[in-house]
Formats: sequence, structure tokens, C-alpha cells
Amino acid sequence: MTEAVDGHEFQYSTARHQAETAVSGMWLFLATEMMFFGPLFLAWIYCRHAGPTAFDAGAKQTDLFIGTLNTALLITSSLAYSFGVFFIEAGRRRAMIQCLIIAWLLGGAFMLLKFAVEWPLDFEKGLFPGADFALAPPDRNGAQLFFVFYFFTTAIHGLHVIVGLGLIAWVVLRAREFTASRHTPILVVGLYWSFVDMVWIILYPLIYLIGRGA
Amino acid sequence: MTVTQTRSQTSYLSDGWTLRSWLLTTDHKRIALLYFVAITFFFFVGGIGATLVRYNLLSPKGLLGSAETYNRLFSMHGVVMVWFFLVPAVPTTLGNFLVPLMLGARDLAFPRLNLLSWYLFILAGLVALYALIVGGVDTGWTFYTPLTSFYSKGHVVATIVAVFIAGFSSIATGLNFIVSIHKLRAPGMTWHKMPVFLWSLYATSVIMVLATPVLAMTLLLVAFERLFRIGVFDPAIGGDPLLFQHLFWFYSHPAVYIMILPGFGVVSEIVPAFSRKELFGYKFVVWASVAIAVIGFLVWGHHMFVAGTSLYSALVFSILSYMVAVPSAIKVFNWLGTMHKGFIRFDAPMLYALGFIGLFTMGGLTGLFVAALAADVHLTQTYFVVAHFHYVMVGGMVSAYFAALHFWWPKITGRLYPEMWGRAAAIIIFVGFNLTFFPQFILGYLGMPRRYNAYPPEFEALNVLSSGGATILAIGYLLPLGYLTWSLFYGDRAGDNPWGATGLEWTTSSPPPTENFATTPIVTLPPYQYPYAETSRDD
Repeated sequence: MTEAVDGHEFQYSTARHQAETAVSGMWLFLATEMMFFGPLFLAWIYCRHAGPTAFDAGAKQTDLFIGTLNTALLITSSLAYSFGVFFIEAGRRRAMIQCLIIAWLLGGAFMLLKFAVEWPLDFEKGLFPGADFALAPPDRNGAQLFFVFYFFTTAIHGLHVIVGLGLIAWVVLRAREFTASRHTPILVVGLYWSFVDMVWIILYPLIYLIGRGA
Repeated sequence: MTVTQTRSQTSYLSDGWTLRSWLLTTDHKRIALLYFVAITFFFFVGGIGATLVRYNLLSPKGLLGSAETYNRLFSMHGVVMVWFFLVPAVPTTLGNFLVPLMLGARDLAFPRLNLLSWYLFILAGLVALYALIVGGVDTGWTFYTPLTSFYSKGHVVATIVAVFIAGFSSIATGLNFIVSIHKLRAPGMTWHKMPVFLWSLYATSVIMVLATPVLAMTLLLVAFERLFRIGVFDPAIGGDPLLFQHLFWFYSHPAVYIMILPGFGVVSEIVPAFSRKELFGYKFVVWASVAIAVIGFLVWGHHMFVAGTSLYSALVFSILSYMVAVPSAIKVFNWLGTMHKGFIRFDAPMLYALGFIGLFTMGGLTGLFVAALAADVHLTQTYFVVAHFHYVMVGGMVSAYFAALHFWWPKITGRLYPEMWGRAAAIIIFVGFNLTFFPQFILGYLGMPRRYNAYPPEFEALNVLSSGGATILAIGYLLPLGYLTWSLFYGDRAGDNPWGATGLEWTTSSPPPTENFATTPIVTLPPYQYPYAETSRDD
């Protein structure tokens, strides 16, 4: 029975109280997400430490160009989203909607490149771990482990991007409700979208860069 | 605001009679009742597993005849009891019901998320039941690799998916509690005026929110490995099975505190109420909960003393494990200090709480045995460990759950439970519990390993004693199901505050109105201002 009273749910004293609470809820959720990705990064770094040569041989098979382009796309998407936040705070709803659509399109381009271009290329090169794995010994085993991490992690990250795109679409569709003083969902979704970005910023060197430096 | 006041007289139980008004409710009190139903169901599902395990062990050869069946039974018992009863038990039922009431709030911060958490729990439960019905798993509740990822014949992936989903239900609950406690405290309720129950749920929620996702990711990695026959924990390609144990216990040891911290909170409410005295050393009790939550994150390695970890890491983990005993002991001393020179009433909640203190102390002290490196080499993987954690989880937590259930029953239902039955059940549970599990300490000390369906004949007498005790324990657990249900229909009407207890939840009517409070309460006094404290001050 939480129908809105004076524009906020009945457990809050003011709309501002409700907005602050929603934002803190999202921060706490991001802490959860950090602990979700944390063990994956830990395991990745730990396993690379145990067998760096084969890991790096695997990493050299990845597509640096697409990876770098994708990094640029995702960061630019977050930049566009942040402009959207500035615009709604200035009361410019139309400009906010345009920014969010740009952010959505850039995120969509990331997904297409990652899963419709890069993954198929990886499969073609025989990089999916298993009996048909492309690399020969002595690096075969460790490189397979690298690609276990690669496919698993990019899939999990990809799911997060899909959720993020869904959320951005949701705020764009609700855009008429937002004003300079009332736009909490935009802030909350923005926090999540930046987080998805930051996970990628850790993944980019793990996948594409560290192995090439050696 | 005018709208809310006209509706405030309706009890939450009579605010809507349709199925829809229950299944789509966002009222924290109704969601608590939905959880009560789900959790009671799983308690008895897990209980059936325990019953069959004890039945099998009546004879040295194993009465069920099959080791495979036995393995699946104790695994089912473990999985169901840990994730579908102990972890959610107090937070999702009494926590959901009481957190807003104790805060002086109208609901939790995110009511729809709260409902979602129940649906996630139900979905997880259905997947778990599916896994169970098609054959279950034989891995134990710990899912150790490489058994789980390569060799086990059971339905590992389905069980893992169930635990994964249940994890997110628990994260949602924890997140809701933390944000509510930060943002929805009544005017005047400073952190140090909060009831200890809220503090302990806060500490519990921190663990839920920060440890559960680690388990979620770890289980996903295991599922990947099982599905693709290659993975991170596979030593053949340079992975590490021991890494699984690190990650698993990084969640599962703190999870032990998810299961016990709410019990500390419950007992800290009940002991002052039935001693008519202020809680002794409030700040120590409160910060001990926080200390347990923090140190609890740093002791996972004590599950791996015999797994080939380095001696130095084992030493550190051993010392850190000893350190958890300090805040736990502080709590026990403070409860005893509260009772000292109090006017103690032995009503059912207090009997359960006293049972908790005794059994938890036993469980905690035997924990020190297994935290000691040398003793653990002898005791690990024996019935000593089984007895140790059942003293904490069952003797401790289940007793606390029943204590809480009886204490707040009048508030939740508006009815009084039959007192004599309550006391009888508390005593039967205490006796039955000790008969079941004390012999297991001796069995473990004598070297009987856990997780085997058969054992040497010289252990028969103690095993029969344990199974006999389990029968008494089962009766003890069935009794409340009977008389509490009876009291729903025939129990005397409860007043607003039948125990004369302090706390905001007792200032509203029983059962509370949908809005909890007609006007938002203002807090001026610290908690637990019982009359005794005032009169002694006047002297």
C-alpha cells in the first residue's frame, strides 16, 4: 500500500528524502556488484600469476583493434549519459533525451561489435576452449584457461550492458516525467551505467593489454 | 497525509482479503508472513532429510542400504537448511516484520524490492525442489571442486542455480535493511538509541550484501566448468581447485554469522524484557555485532587447515578465528549481566533464549577446538565438527528463531499462544537437542568421520542415542506448528504490549495497522528503559 502521497511513497517524509534514499540504494547495490566481479578478477590475476607465459600466448590471440574501439565506445557512451544528467539538471529535457539516445546507441554499438563481430571471429580462429582449441602445446592448456576467463567474463559483462541498455531505454520512455528538480531515476541509472563502464575498464587491460606487454 | 490517517485503523491482516492483496502486497508485514509460510515449509523439508539421515545411522551398516542415497540425503539436508531456512529465517520473517516497526517507519525503504525478494526466494525454492525431485546432488552443501565440476552424478547445475537465485533474494533483503536503517529512523532515534535487534540485522545485512555476490560468482564459475567440461578450477589446464575453497568460504564463513547474528539480536531484546532490567553494556553488545561481522570476513582459511595451505597463513587464520570468540563472549557476559539481580520471568520466549545462550556457548567454545591447528587435524571431517556447528546453528539459531516467534507472536497475529505448551516445547527442544548432538561430540572425538552411511559397530550405542534424541527434537519442533496454528483461531486476544516490553513495535496496536503508526513516533529515551532501572536510580 505504497501509493504516492504528495509525490512520494508513504514511508518517506519528502520527495527529496525518497530521492536520496534511492541514490544510496544504488550505491549499495554497486558495492554488491563489485563483490560479484571481484572474485572473477582475483581468480583471473591469480591464474595468470601461476602460468603467465601460456596466458600471454592466449591474450595475443585477442583482437586489440575491436577491444580498443569498444573501450572508446563505452566510455563515450558514459560521457554522453553524464551530459544528459547535466542537461536535465538545467531543465533541458530535450537535450537530455538526445544525450541518452546517443548513450544508448553507443552502448548498442559496443554490444554489436563484441558479440556479433568479435566473438564470431574468435570462434572462427578456434579460440573457444575444448578439444578443437587452436593453440598447440606447450601453451595450449594455459591459453585455454585464459579463454575460459575471456568468454565467461565478457558474457557476464555483456549481460550487464544489456540490463543497462534496458534501463536507459526505460528512463528515455519515461522522460516526460522528469524535471530539473525530479529526475532520480536518471541519476540511479547513470550510476549503474558508469559502473558497467568501469568493469570494462578493468577488463580491457586484462584481456588485451597485459599479455601484449610481456 | 489526511488520506493515511483515515486508513490507519485497519489492521494489516484485514486490509484486503483477496489472494491478490497478499501476492502483490508491498506491505512489509504481509511479506513477512509470506516468508513465514515459505520458510516453515523448507524447515520441514530439511527436517525430513535430517530424519532420514538419523534413521540410516541407527545401524552400523546403514539402514538405507545405499551410500549414494545417503550422500544425496545429507546434501539435500544441508542445502535446504542453510540457504532456505537458516540464512533467511530471522531476517526475512521477523526482520521484515519488525525493522520498520522498530525504526518507527511506515515500511522499508524499497517495498517493491522486498516483494521481489520473496518471489526470487520462491523461484529459487522451486528450482531447488526440482533438483531434489529429479534426484538431488551428492556433493554436500559445500560443492567442492573437482567433485562438483567433473565427477558428481547429481543435478549440480540445477542446485547451483537455486542457490544463486536465493542469494539474490538475500542481497535484496540486506540492501533494503541497510538503506532503511540509515534513512528511515524515527526522529530522535540516534544510532545508539536503536534496539540491538536492528544493529544485529544491520551487521547481518552488511555480510549479506558483501559476501553473497562472491558465492554467486563462484557458483557461476562451477556451473560453467560443469557445462563446458573445462574451467577455472580445473588443474589440468592450470586452474586451481583450492581457489574454489577460498572463494566458497569467503562467503560461507561470514554466512555463518548471517545465520547467528540475528539470533544475538533476538536474545538481546528478550533477556532485558524478561529480566525487567536495562540491557547490560548496550554499546558493547552493539559493537560486538559489528566486530563479528568485520572479523568474520577474515577467518575463511580456517576451513582449509588440512587442505595444504601454508603453515603461516594457517597460523594467521587460526589467531583471527580466536579473535571472533572475543566479541561473542562479550555478548554472552552481557546477557548474563543483564539477568544478574533482575526479576526473571520464565515465559516461553525467555526459556528459548536461555536455551540459546547455553547451546550457543557450547557451540562457540567447541569452535575454539577446531580453530586450533593441532586439534583440528584430529577433529576435522569428524562428527565433532558436525556437533559443533549444529550447536551454533540449531541449538543457537533455531532456538533464537523460536524465541523470537513466541515473543513477537502476539504482535504479529494479535493472539496469545498457549503459555504452558510454549514452555513445554522449549524444554523438549532443549533436551532433545542435547541428546541428539552431545553424543556426536564424543563420536567425533573418538574418530567417527562425517558423511559416511556406515560406521564401525563400536559407535552404535552413541549413534542410537543420537537418533533417539532426534526423535524427541522432532516432536519439539512439531509442537509449535500445532499450538501456534491453534492459537491463530482460538488463542486469547493479545493487548498492544502483553510482555510490558519497551520498543516502538509495542506502542502500536496488535496486529499493527497497515500504516504501522498513526503518527510518526518521536524517540527521546535509549532502548530497554525497564522499570527496575528507574526504581534503582530513584533509590
